[in-house]
Amino acid sequence: MMRLRKQLSAALLAALLSAIAFLWATPFLWTLVASFRPESAGSADMASLLPDLHPTLENFRNALDSGTFGLYYVNTIIVVAGVLAVQCVTVSLAGYAFARLRFPGRDFLFYAFLLQLMLVPPALIVPNLRTVVDLGLYDTLPGVMAPYFASAFGTFLMRQTFLALPRDFEEAAAIDGAPWWAIIWYVLLPMAKPGLVAFAIVSITAHWNEFLWPLMVINSPSNQTLTIGLASFAMGAEGGKEWGVLAAGTLLVMAPLAVAFVAFQRRFVDSFVFSGVKG
Amino acid sequence: MSVAGATGIFDSVQRSSAMAASARRRRMRLLPYVLLAPSLLFLGLFTYLPVARVVVESLYDKPHGTGAATSFVGLGNYARVLSDPAFHKAALNNLVYAVGVLVPTLVLALAFALAVQRSTRFSAVLRTVFFFPSLVPLVAAASLFFFIFLPGVGLLDYYLAKLGLHGPNWLGDSDVALWSIIGLTVWKNAGYYMLFYIAGLQNVPRDTVEAAMIDGANAWQRLRFVILPALAPTTAFVTVIALIQLLTSVDHVIVLTRGGPSNATNLLLYYIFQSAHENFEYGKAAAATLISVAVLLAISFGSLRIMERGARGNG
Repeated sequence: MMRLRKQLSAALLAALLSAIAFLWATPFLWTLVASFRPESAGSADMASLLPDLHPTLENFRNALDSGTFGLYYVNTIIVVAGVLAVQCVTVSLAGYAFARLRFPGRDFLFYAFLLQLMLVPPALIVPNLRTVVDLGLYDTLPGVMAPYFASAFGTFLMRQTFLALPRDFEEAAAIDGAPWWAIIWYVLLPMAKPGLVAFAIVSITAHWNEFLWPLMVINSPSNQTLTIGLASFAMGAEGGKEWGVLAAGTLLVMAPLAVAFVAFQRRFVDSFVFSGVKG
Repeated sequence: MSVAGATGIFDSVQRSSAMAASARRRRMRLLPYVLLAPSLLFLGLFTYLPVARVVVESLYDKPHGTGAATSFVGLGNYARVLSDPAFHKAALNNLVYAVGVLVPTLVLALAFALAVQRSTRFSAVLRTVFFFPSLVPLVAAASLFFFIFLPGVGLLDYYLAKLGLHGPNWLGDSDVALWSIIGLTVWKNAGYYMLFYIAGLQNVPRDTVEAAMIDGANAWQRLRFVILPALAPTTAFVTVIALIQLLTSVDHVIVLTRGGPSNATNLLLYYIFQSAHENFEYGKAAAATLISVAVLLAISFGSLRIMERGARGNG
């Protein structure tokens, strides 16, 4: 009797959870369904969650044609890769300094970095835009990237990663006369790969999805990123007629991260937990 | 070659190697600063300089488009911002928004975490579903919800009608719009904070939970008196990062409502964005930025110990 009740409540819980999960996934399911629905279906039943019997790729074709999506992809990839490449250098060097070297002012500088976790770049868009203008980077992709070249989060993450590594290898290399850059590059970084990968995942996700800052920096259509393209697309939509094309466009913007997430789920989840837990 | 000459050479070799060693030591002393220099350069340019800039710029006014010269106005911009009804509305909205998102998000995040913490296949699927919204751009989430909220034919109204209910104008009614934005944000963020609770739950001592069970504590009592207290650091940490996030992201407001109707969804950062980017009132935008920087710092310093523990990784 007791066991039966336990089984019953477990089944009820599973049913409840499934219902909530379905509710949670509904926006995506709906988008998926709508993106494959022919335009001729009209907007009367645009809210239907049932897939159309005659799926079409027309919406994707229209989305790709109407926005210059190809260009937006290229620009977004340049921004994401550029930010990450510079960050990898800055955070590795700074992380190493904080993990392995003792020097006057270390704690003070550590707090100087810490402050960036609070004064996040989006809060400073107005003055930063003026700095970007002064540097002659207005309406350029480097202007979009520049505020992110230093990363307090990345520095702390690499510091933690380096601290967890044994010192033996470095000491052996130092005795052999290896200079500091060789020690970082050949000895530490290969062992610190999990930390770098976790940082890369968080950084790529953040900058792929970013909107407000690129919106302010970029003026010419040829320099726009995916999120800006999608937003102007969405803001130009009138009523339900364009839902199919917009659904397709939204999927196109989300697709690369979504595919990467499904392929490397564990890595993603671990990285995001790491990102929060460590700073 | 005399003995004296040989020692002379020996001396100079020794001296030069001593000099090389001291040069090397000097270089090594400088090394930490060299390694930190690239980061410090960009931190200076885009974290410290902007704060200094808004302090200065907030004291000046340059009317846009009139060609008038920049004039020193002292605290005039602050007076203008603080007496601007739109700013009051944005500040109040942001407070309602922050609390309105934070409370349900934390409850859901913890509930999700408790539900999916076991490592079964079913849990893994649920985890993915709950987490997925936090992976998509806020702009993309906003454009989906534009159609969900569409009056009459949108997803929400369509299914409410099937239940015989009639929804309000989700984004057009000034009493409802902010709550629609809150709903979107809860959906978007809950799965992200769930991850921290999943991690936090792994640190709840098993034997304490079991001891409570043996003592006859029911599930609610175990949650209330054992698990929640053990999760307090996680809750505190999530609260801080959530508050910072709720003050610094307005992508959905830009796409869905542009602060309207009649400022019902105006938030602080949107107010700043609008002042600078649409009305070209830089002095006002600078003053408002400094106010929001002060709020961010107050939140952060209030919880510095938590942030520090996170950053130093002892927790």
